[in-house]
Amino acid sequence: MPTKIEKDSVTGHMTTGHEWDGLKELNQPLPKWWIYILFATIAFSAVYFVLYPSIPYFTGYYHGTLGYSQRDTVDKDVAAVVKQRSGYMDRIRTLSFADIEKDPQLNAVALTAGRITFANNCQPCHGAGGGGSPGYPALAAGNWLWGGKLADIQQTITFGIRSGLDDARQSLMPKFGAEGGLKPAEIEQVADYVMTLYGQTKGDTAAGQKIFADNCASCHGDHGEGKREFGAPRLAGKAHLYGDTREIVVAQITNPRMGVMPNWNTRFDTGMIKSLALYVHSLGGGE
Amino acid sequence: MSHVGSVQKRQQVVQEEEVQHLYANRVRVYPKTVKGPVRRFKWAVLIFCLTLYYALPWLRWTRSPAQPSQAVLLDLWHERFYFFNLEFWPQDIYYLTGLLIMGAVSLFLVTSLVGRVWCGYTCPQTVWTDLFMWIEAKIEGDRNERMKRDAAPMSFDKVWRKVAKHAAWVFIAFWTGGAWIMYYVDAPTVTVEFWTGTASSQVYFFTGLFTATTYLLAGWAREQVCTYMCPWPRFQAAMLDEQSLTVTYQAWRGEPRTRGKRVDGAGGDCVDCNACVTACPTGIDIRDGIQLECINCGLCIDACNHVMERTGRPKWLITWDTYADQAAKAAGQHAAFRFFRPRTIIYLSALVIAAGAMVVALMLRPGIGLSVQHDRAALFVRLASGDLRNGYTIKVVNKAQSPAIFEISTLGLPNAVLTESVENLGPASQLGLPVKADSVGTFHVFVSGQPAMLKDGSSAIDFALRDTLTGELTTYHSVFMGPNTETRP
Repeated sequence: MPTKIEKDSVTGHMTTGHEWDGLKELNQPLPKWWIYILFATIAFSAVYFVLYPSIPYFTGYYHGTLGYSQRDTVDKDVAAVVKQRSGYMDRIRTLSFADIEKDPQLNAVALTAGRITFANNCQPCHGAGGGGSPGYPALAAGNWLWGGKLADIQQTITFGIRSGLDDARQSLMPKFGAEGGLKPAEIEQVADYVMTLYGQTKGDTAAGQKIFADNCASCHGDHGEGKREFGAPRLAGKAHLYGDTREIVVAQITNPRMGVMPNWNTRFDTGMIKSLALYVHSLGGGE
Repeated sequence: MSHVGSVQKRQQVVQEEEVQHLYANRVRVYPKTVKGPVRRFKWAVLIFCLTLYYALPWLRWTRSPAQPSQAVLLDLWHERFYFFNLEFWPQDIYYLTGLLIMGAVSLFLVTSLVGRVWCGYTCPQTVWTDLFMWIEAKIEGDRNERMKRDAAPMSFDKVWRKVAKHAAWVFIAFWTGGAWIMYYVDAPTVTVEFWTGTASSQVYFFTGLFTATTYLLAGWAREQVCTYMCPWPRFQAAMLDEQSLTVTYQAWRGEPRTRGKRVDGAGGDCVDCNACVTACPTGIDIRDGIQLECINCGLCIDACNHVMERTGRPKWLITWDTYADQAAKAAGQHAAFRFFRPRTIIYLSALVIAAGAMVVALMLRPGIGLSVQHDRAALFVRLASGDLRNGYTIKVVNKAQSPAIFEISTLGLPNAVLTESVENLGPASQLGLPVKADSVGTFHVFVSGQPAMLKDGSSAIDFALRDTLTGELTTYHSVFMGPNTETRP
């Protein structure tokens, strides 16, 4: 109910001319500076609306006259980092391992890149520092299935093991028990013999030795020394991928476990794979 | 209404209360220039201190070609401190502790003997303040002239003198800050770099910082630094005793103070001229006795001697004396100064012990250093031979000025075999690690051992390092790890 705008006798302020049940409202306007800032922000938002992406369409959006995009910014930042590193990474890609190792600075860059990439990608299976765990080779120990030279390691990382690629490391141990190649008793005998290879004697194992010579020696070698061309593990050593108790040996002959390592060539370029190879080689197992 | 009333009543009470201020406004000190033996001695000390400060960085010293040729250089960038023929590494930081202990005890000793002469003569705050006051007097005149001009309205004379004074202060402050930098970087090099604009931004920053602090502390803050910022005056009371020589007004001679002409025999020697007060750089009255503002500079002695001469009284009404002697003199006797007291003997022996320990430590300082860090992962690996292998990062310090081969071997693990993966050394029971001159060599050493040699899965081992040139030997304790449960017999 509008009333007369008048001066309030108690406070000395003007009223707004509104009255409710006898209560009059004092006119206390916002400070001028506050109002001007409000107007300035409105003006700013109008300009912003035109310059920057602001209106969503059904199948896209208004890009703004500046054409700014956060995704582009990230792409540029990533490209800048790649470019910054390219001086080193290009040289790592093109130089031979021997030449990289001759350049202490380049070698240090490769080892650092390899260390970090290893921690982010390889460590879950191979363990920190390549310590390995049952079923996953200890890279630091040098018990290589496929060879521990730099070129061997590069090949393994690039294509993986049983990864499904044509160039992948590929080996197959027959399931002597599951597919009936050996009878359970024969498996027990050959297991007893295999255990003598790493110093766990078990009396007369002549029968097992014969079975071994007929079935196993072609891949694992006459004395269980292993053959890298087939990726056949060395049995005569004291470090074994899956373990060395009788139970495990029998299980491994009956229905062997064969681990898979993915190929990394889809994720890393050659320079990074070579850096990884250098790092893995440096862990103590390199040949 | 009652609420409003109580508020008003409270405000009234506050207004009626006398407000007690805990802050005392500074009373500006206008020290009067004095002449005399004390002043001359103070000038001599000042010139010596400033010469030392400005000249020391320029002193050259012959070292190996790879090292800086500055005699005193705190080379933070390369983590070395050169002091004539001594060279300190960051590991030697504990010598600083020894130096600080010696500094503190020396200060205690000197103060207990002759009062706060450090404050009065050699403290940088005193030296630079004195220098700044001298410039002030040269440009603005002595005490009375300065006071008159400060009270007078703005004039051309006042402005140019103030501008000239502050310009001179800033100029000196700049040279002070610039000289400070020379203790951290090679003096001739940084001078050229500074003026050709090629010095690092830190050099400009710290020169600016020390220029600012010198200008503010010596020009503006002056005696307030001593009175309010410095902790030393606060425990002066614990350092002084009745046997300490301090600047003393001989009250038994001076009192009662008598102004003007006097009847023969009546009154003391003090003519209450206030010369000692106007000469005081901290603005106190020495006749009130020893007080924390007194920096023991003795300028009041010169001021008083001058007056005593003119009034035909014996000099040294204000003098250096002990409290004990003053008490004796008041009774017509004399108490000799005692150099050896329990306090000084304790300080002196602490000083001798600290100095001796420093010298011995410096002479026995190892030129070799070893640190061993076991790899965090993998803790160990099992080799095909059944042996266990642990990896260690080994750092070897070579303080010598020539490259050296250090032999490393292990103790406590029989038949251990060492290999090194950075330099491709070994396998052998002992490796020769090459370390460049004046640097730290980092190596990654693998140690292989037989599981049978381990007890409870691990074994304590010591790495022994021997300098093949000097034969110096050092060891480092570490551990060789294996699986906790050895399942195979």
